Amino acid sequence: MRILVIAEQENGSLVETSLNAINAAQKLAASHGSAAIDVLAAGHNTDALAAECAAVTGVDEVIQVDAPQYAASLAENITTLVVELVKSRDYQAVICASTSVGKNISPRIAALLDVAQVSDVTEIIGVGTYIRPIYAGNIMLTCESAEPVQVLTVRPTAFDKADLGGSATVTRLDAGEDAGLSSLLGRELSKSDRPVLSSAPIVVSGGRGMGSGDNYQRLLEPLADKLGAALGASRAAVDAGFVPNDYQVGQTGKIVAPELYLAVGISGAIQHLAGMSDAKVIVAINKDPDAPIFQVADYGLEGDLNELVPELTECLA
Amino acid sequence: MKILVPVKRVVDYNVKVRVKSDGSGVDLDNVKMSINPFDEIAVEEAVRLKEAGCASEVVVVSLGGKGCQETLRTALAVGADRAIHIDAEDGVEPLAVAKCLKQVVSRENPELVIMGKQAIDDDCNQTGQMLSALLGWSQGTFASELELTDGKAKVTREIDGGLETLELVMPAVITCDLRLNEPRYASLPNIMKAKRKPMEQIPVSELGVDITPRIQPVKFAAPAPRSGGVKVADVAELVEKLRSEARVL
Repeated sequence: MRILVIAEQENGSLVETSLNAINAAQKLAASHGSAAIDVLAAGHNTDALAAECAAVTGVDEVIQVDAPQYAASLAENITTLVVELVKSRDYQAVICASTSVGKNISPRIAALLDVAQVSDVTEIIGVGTYIRPIYAGNIMLTCESAEPVQVLTVRPTAFDKADLGGSATVTRLDAGEDAGLSSLLGRELSKSDRPVLSSAPIVVSGGRGMGSGDNYQRLLEPLADKLGAALGASRAAVDAGFVPNDYQVGQTGKIVAPELYLAVGISGAIQHLAGMSDAKVIVAINKDPDAPIFQVADYGLEGDLNELVPELTECLA
Repeated sequence: MKILVPVKRVVDYNVKVRVKSDGSGVDLDNVKMSINPFDEIAVEEAVRLKEAGCASEVVVVSLGGKGCQETLRTALAVGADRAIHIDAEDGVEPLAVAKCLKQVVSRENPELVIMGKQAIDDDCNQTGQMLSALLGWSQGTFASELELTDGKAKVTREIDGGLETLELVMPAVITCDLRLNEPRYASLPNIMKAKRKPMEQIPVSELGVDITPRIQPVKFAAPAPRSGGVKVADVAELVEKLRSEARVL
């Protein structure tokens, strides 16, 4: 069996969730008995990216493809490239992390190969048998696919990161043509020195109960600083304009599974729980004793967040 | 310009769904059904484009059982001009839906397809991308802003690190994120008017698409429940428990 993992890059360096995708590929390979795992490093100026991919344990071959049209990971260009590789090199599985890039490109690949895709896999039982959450994580579905090419997106938080220390061969292949269907005009990225939300060991999250963006910053930033935590938010806090939308944790935002998740002023709607209920320890601070968040929280603290959060920050000094 | 908007009938987002006791499926008896929230946003966006003079006609399409007609009426009441109901069983897979939609596109010749980024029941997030692939069109997924100018679509997309803006050559498939707009409520007069708007019915067999499932569901299960937590009295107790009991600090 040959498996192709699509590495995700940002400005020519490897995005960490790709390591989780490689780990998922290793699980699939192990369940099959043996398999070759190749990684596609496509982008522009990809020498560093290819080297990073080659250093991952368990990778057999890195396929480096370098051209300006791959720089922005545009779906129309990347997918044609992948489909050609699957056909010419006879891959039986294509895996990528279910990040915004993976979710954008993977179904397009599946359709071009005329196979059904399995989205956001959280457990690999064997080749063709997977578990994935449906209905906002309220139901876990075990499903079987007999497709000749298994196209999967895998939930990064459900898999470990593959280890470093490998030395795979790097093969350089020619780029395909630019489809010319789309172009990147610009990106507006939220700058932050904090850990990345989707992989941070501790997440401090605020909801509508924060009252305002100023209050969110004033109360939660010092707490996150003390804990070395990433900052997150519920959809209500994002819609109210307290924080940018890439802070959002939930069914339609990011899925996190940190060691510690602190939910402050978050009621705990189904859609929010879908994004954080795999956290190891959940702490809820809320003034409403009946808030659903208390039903999933390991430790609940009832009271006014305006008093409790500064007190907690103080206590951690 | 004509816009096609595919919509799906799903369990209402407020309903807490349950697995059937034998694990063979999801208990959908007597459960409230609604239009998929992301599709509601897609309909709203198409109607706004029509109101702004960018589109001449908005056609909504849904694939599934008879219940879909209710969903289509909802979309007509918001401002869509006419509806197409592709009569099929419920629960057709994204790839087959995309193939059926491709057939509808070749009949209707829209220049733009706007749809939700995912359905809140299967959480697949596939159909728009698949349709775009089958048509060989450009795609603008997870859109939070859409602007149409001289044959191009300018789409702002929600990505993991923030936002990005793409320029797409039309025709294109756009999938909507929650922040694209706030859908309006249909007024009673518009609900009444919607009853008289045309609704075409097409049996799925007429489209010549093989909708046989490729993926077999084996077992539906509730996720492992979290063990019940405790309430702590004050901040000091919380910190103490996090340090000595949970060992996460």
